[in-house]
Amino acid sequence: MITVDEIEMEWEEGMTVSSLLEIVKPDFPMFVVKINGVMISKRDHETTPVPDGAEVRIVYMIAGG
Amino acid sequence: MKLRWCREVQDKLSRSSVGIAGVGGLGSHCALALARSRIGKLVLADVDVVEEGNLLRQNYSVDQVGQSKVEATRDNLLLANPDVDVEVHNLRVTSHNFMALFGKVDVLVEAFDDADQKVMLAESAARYRPDLWVVMGSGVAGFGSTEEIRVTKVGRLVVIGDGHSSVAPDNYCIAPRVGIVAFMQANVVLEILLTGDYGGGE
Repeated sequence: MITVDEIEMEWEEGMTVSSLLEIVKPDFPMFVVKINGVMISKRDHETTPVPDGAEVRIVYMIAGG
Repeated sequence: MKLRWCREVQDKLSRSSVGIAGVGGLGSHCALALARSRIGKLVLADVDVVEEGNLLRQNYSVDQVGQSKVEATRDNLLLANPDVDVEVHNLRVTSHNFMALFGKVDVLVEAFDDADQKVMLAESAARYRPDLWVVMGSGVAGFGSTEEIRVTKVGRLVVIGDGHSSVAPDNYCIAPRVGIVAFMQANVVLEILLTGDYGGGE
């Protein structure tokens, strides 16, 4: 089990940030991802594993300022 | 906040430095609030010049159209507080120059318009300055829905906005809502500088 923005989700063997995002389908195109408090750059999404029990946060970056 | 505005607070703020990445709608107003709060040093970075259309929401005047935004902002800040130390960089912020610009600031304000620039800044700060608090704006376009503007803390990332209102052909940024978020950013910066933490949010 993992949490994504404090909502529980099933964890899968071999889960990466990219495969998790395919399941979660983020609401907006631009965001940053934190796994257990550590920010994972977009270029590392495919290779970074999501461990069982992970606390995942998706922080949306909305244009305008 | 329990601290009162006293000599101790003033001394702490006057020894502090804050980086502001982008001096458009968010940055130009946030910088002014921080200068008026007697922050010691502000480091401003922006590549743009003031355009007439910017006057809709950004803290510039008609006679500043055509000037670089960082220099125009410096002029405005010094009118409000002649003692503030303003360092200006008329360039585009990238992951490559992040440390040269913001390697020594105590807190960083993200005030870009573009979402990809916001991502770049958050990721650069996490990579090069994981100790650094970054106060971001996200979801400021349009008008109304004041009660939807909220503060979210994720580690040392503090994000202010409604989290969904993006600029679009039918939804542009207007002075009041951008100004609200800019002043909230400044208020969060003060709390972090004075208490070492941001205690509210989710």
